[in-house]
Amino acid sequence: MVPESWYLGLSAVLFAIGVVGVIVRRDPLIIFMSIELMLNAANLAFVAFGHRLGSAEGQAVVFFVMAVAAAEVAVGLAIIVAIFRLRRRLSVDDLSAMRW
Amino acid sequence: MGAVAFVLLAGVAVGSALGLVLKRNPIHGALFLVVNLGTVAIFYLTLGAQFLAVAQVAVYAGAIMVLFLFAIFVLIPGKEETGPDPRRLYRVLALPVGAVLLALLVAVITIGTRGGRAPVATAPAPDGVEAIARLLFTDYLFPFEVTSVLLLAAMVGVVLLARRRTE
Repeated sequence: MVPESWYLGLSAVLFAIGVVGVIVRRDPLIIFMSIELMLNAANLAFVAFGHRLGSAEGQAVVFFVMAVAAAEVAVGLAIIVAIFRLRRRLSVDDLSAMRW
Repeated sequence: MGAVAFVLLAGVAVGSALGLVLKRNPIHGALFLVVNLGTVAIFYLTLGAQFLAVAQVAVYAGAIMVLFLFAIFVLIPGKEETGPDPRRLYRVLALPVGAVLLALLVAVITIGTRGGRAPVATAPAPDGVEAIARLLFTDYLFPFEVTSVLLLAAMVGVVLLARRRTE
């Protein structure tokens, strides 16, 4: 049996890759997918901790994270499509309409 | 699960995550993310979370990724990152930031798990689907119901956002 700390290490690596992806990329879709990657890394850590403690509470939390992620993706992609209709261009560097 | 299988799967997971971040084409990125979500589902299985493994494939790899692919096809992006990068310095700085974050996380994990096994579970190890079902319908019943309201709100919001304004 692999110790849970290996799962936590893998989760940390995936989370760090997601953070770098959010900062480095300019395409909002890729940034969004990197956020999903980070959510998944956190979920993996939750399940690993739950397994370590012999409780299913970690899994319950992951269930709610999944539901929130589904809602978040739907709304976020709708916002991206709406912005694209308005601007015909899709780089996060151009999106400064809410700055003052 | 054997250590060899874990290392192999972890390699696939990390490689597909890197592919998502490094590939220029968003469609390739989306497909890499599907691979990554699938490996995470296998890890859920090895941790005794059968329900989450199935939900991961159905919700993430199924519904969410289809939504992503639809958005990619609608937007036809991929030309955003060809021009010169006006903020190149910040993006180069992202790599050390990521490395420091990773080092911090690994340090926290090694310090936190140094004491060997965690306090052993008082109850016998919960059995996959039944344990999470029991939790969701007793202790977490209210959040579970709120989730349905959240999904409904998201649905209405998306319809409103995606509507073509014809006035």
